[in-house]
Amino acid sequence: MPTLAHYLIVSGLLFSLGLAGVLLRRNILIIFMGLELMLNAANLSLVAFSRFNLLPNGLPNYNGQVFVFFIITVAAAEVAVGLAIIVALFRAKQTTHVEDLNTLKF
Amino acid sequence: MQLALFWTFSILMLVFALGVVFLRNPVSCAMSLVMTFVALAAVFVTLDAFFIAVVQVLVYAGAVMVLFLFIIMLLDLRSEKQRKVRPSAWLGGGLVIGGFVAAISQVVAAWPALHQSKPELADPSFNDVSGVGFTLFLNYNLPFQIIGVLLLVATVGVVLLSRKELK
Repeated sequence: MPTLAHYLIVSGLLFSLGLAGVLLRRNILIIFMGLELMLNAANLSLVAFSRFNLLPNGLPNYNGQVFVFFIITVAAAEVAVGLAIIVALFRAKQTTHVEDLNTLKF
Repeated sequence: MQLALFWTFSILMLVFALGVVFLRNPVSCAMSLVMTFVALAAVFVTLDAFFIAVVQVLVYAGAVMVLFLFIIMLLDLRSEKQRKVRPSAWLGGGLVIGGFVAAISQVVAAWPALHQSKPELADPSFNDVSGVGFTLFLNYNLPFQIIGVLLLVATVGVVLLSRKELK
């Protein structure tokens, strides 16, 4: 039977893969996808905790799942705004390579 | 059986997440991300979170990834050209990720409460949509209304950001 430790380790690995995507890729859209992977890893942790910590009446603690609902909503709004920014950036610079975005570099 | 299902969908999810990180073509990365989300929804089902699993497929795989693919097609992205990769960047990234995974593993291994199996629900046929709904609308009604305002603000912001400059 999977224990809570299993779910947390899988969530940690998924988060680290998202982190790898953000740190190692140069295309800004793939970096954004890594960001979404990190958010989903947090969602998995929350749902696992919600299921494994039952309330006194024997039901899951639904606070975790409500939090996941909010995170999914906010992530969808964030993706919309972030992609609008990326499109505006592409219109200005004609590139999606992060190393070409150096106007603010010291 | 439950363990087999959990491992199947977790391994699938992690393999597709590896595909997102290491594939060169942006469209391949986007499709791998869709499959990651679907596998994650299956893992949610193993946790008896059916409503969240369906919301995950509808919102993430159905709306967010469609938006990503629209933008990839709009910007007409090609595969990443292989620019010279500095080995120090790879080493730094690998260290950060390795350190993070080591820290998580150490914490999880040292905490005995995490190694118990799943507690049985008092009522296995309880409708979890009504459970989430009651909690959302009774205890979290104000954040719910604020999320509505947030979505409106995000929509207005996206329209504003997409306008062409008036010459």
